Amino acid sequence: MGPRTKLVLYRTLQALPALVGVVIVSFILTRMLPGDPAAYFAGPAATEASIAEIRATMGLDRSLPVQFLHYVQDLVVGDLGNSLSTGQPVVEELTRRLPASLELTLTALLLSCAIALPLGIAAAVHQGSWIDHACRGLVTAGVSLPTFFTGIVLVYVFYYLLGWAPSPLGRLDFVYLSPPEVTGFYVIDALLDGDVETARGALSQLVLPATTLALFTLAPLARMARAAMLQALSSDYVRTARAAGLGEGQVVLGYAFQNAMLPVVTTLGMVFSFMLGANVLVEKVFSWPGIGSYAVEALVVSDYAAVQGFVLAMAILFVLLNLAIDIIYTLVDPRTREG
Amino acid sequence: MSATTPETRERGFLDHVIYVLSENPITAIAFALFATIVLVAVFGPILAPYDPMESNAARALQPPSADHWFGTDNLGRDVFSRVLIATRLDLMISVAAVALSFVVGAAIGSAAGYWGGWIDAVTGRFVDTIMAFPLFVLAMGIVAAMGNTVENIIYATAIINLPFYARVARAEVRIRRNAGFAQAARLSGNTDIQVLAFHIFPNALPPMMVQISLNMGWAILNAAGLSFIGLGVRPPTAEWGIMVAEGANFVVSGEWWLAFFPGLALMTAVFAFNLLGDGLRDIFDPRQRT
Repeated sequence: MGPRTKLVLYRTLQALPALVGVVIVSFILTRMLPGDPAAYFAGPAATEASIAEIRATMGLDRSLPVQFLHYVQDLVVGDLGNSLSTGQPVVEELTRRLPASLELTLTALLLSCAIALPLGIAAAVHQGSWIDHACRGLVTAGVSLPTFFTGIVLVYVFYYLLGWAPSPLGRLDFVYLSPPEVTGFYVIDALLDGDVETARGALSQLVLPATTLALFTLAPLARMARAAMLQALSSDYVRTARAAGLGEGQVVLGYAFQNAMLPVVTTLGMVFSFMLGANVLVEKVFSWPGIGSYAVEALVVSDYAAVQGFVLAMAILFVLLNLAIDIIYTLVDPRTREG
Repeated sequence: MSATTPETRERGFLDHVIYVLSENPITAIAFALFATIVLVAVFGPILAPYDPMESNAARALQPPSADHWFGTDNLGRDVFSRVLIATRLDLMISVAAVALSFVVGAAIGSAAGYWGGWIDAVTGRFVDTIMAFPLFVLAMGIVAAMGNTVENIIYATAIINLPFYARVARAEVRIRRNAGFAQAARLSGNTDIQVLAFHIFPNALPPMMVQISLNMGWAILNAAGLSFIGLGVRPPTAEWGIMVAEGANFVVSGEWWLAFFPGLALMTAVFAFNLLGDGLRDIFDPRQRT
């Protein structure tokens, strides 16, 4: 087993306590329901007997450790309980809606990386120039923007004033049929189906929400890219590379950039944390049928089982994303290179 | 510390503040914005030209004019007055939340940094567990579980901010726990608690103040985000997040002012706190003090 494989395994083990913590907290949250959960789930017309019966079926009459054990057993088989308003299993609804959220989040992430990284690097290379000032201005303004507000301003400008964007209602205008599901990402599925028209329709719905979300994550990424790049450029190995007569392009991209990417990858964890939260707001603004708007709809009708299922699903997703980031970090880090 | 009397040190600090402010006019602007926000929060009800709750169907959905600077909403309420009034509630929620997480975070962070050992291990795990959640999503879950009220918005915002304070406090206390002045205080008979509270903690305060200011903007954003999705504050209460949410329905038909002005107020407040945090860092960060 090489040192790299060992490191990856070690990282995976390190994610376990976080996972356990997340499950414990979400167990506490589901037990903290205002009032008696059994009476709550029994509904307003319940009698003493029916509440007791529900308490027994829910296992609420047992001791907390036993309840926790049952909770974990349910989780292992992927049971997050049933939605109170629709009666459907929460996990089914979440998996049905997850592709919509992922499509939005990943597009936004790609978009913001595509802008933030070159911007941060250019700002660091030309420190003190106009592009550096533009970068700093953008970073300060970017962290102050409430996501839902940016979204609404974009809707007003690009839908109402300019008419460039379609109405902010979901993933696809009703004139199109949703493409046959392969990946769950409408744009890709439509292209796979050879339906360019639908792909364009889906893309035009996607542009505004993805831009909104990207604007939000742009700031931390650009700030980190700039800082990391500045540090790398002032390092000894860059001076040595320059002294050895290497071209500026190779120094910046080959030497400084590779090392500067490490702290940027680390910040991705925080960026994801912000993003998964902002996702909820963006989905509400654009009526995007993802898991965020599912949670918001559930909150409105006090469907707490659905909300807690959503929170747990997001937390597990976040732990896994962090694990992926750690593994990528290990693989990218030149110091762990084998041989 | 030999020749400098407290008076000249005070002077030096003041000079430094003036220097930082004149060097970076943006910091001065941030202080001015901050002062304005606080004044509006205190005197909002006096300043508001109209009753923020009074609806009037005859003047519904009017665009901004000399009478109604920010226009009127769908019930004919004056948006300007509502934005002014909302300042107090928004500020109160975030100040309460940040104060709460500062106190609790500083306490557990200092204890972890000072004593280390199992206290450090337990609080560290606790903080890591909070951070294992996407923070806004955790806040949603907490409010959903504890009940949909303004107090619970404050608690939820406080909990998700806690890790930042705990970590700063732990780091700042840890590097000072065996410093010369701490050992001197211990040798002259102070108990651990006294050393920690009166000798080490005051020295850890400046970086925490910076953290507060930077966190404040984030706390306002979070609280407004929660009320935007319908948690905590309920209509017809004037609050920026819920006003943006209510106004959002009218943006697609062109009545932009309903959502725009509360959103702008929110943005300005967050912007002011972020700039203030950067400014405070310039003043307090020793590395900038040359």
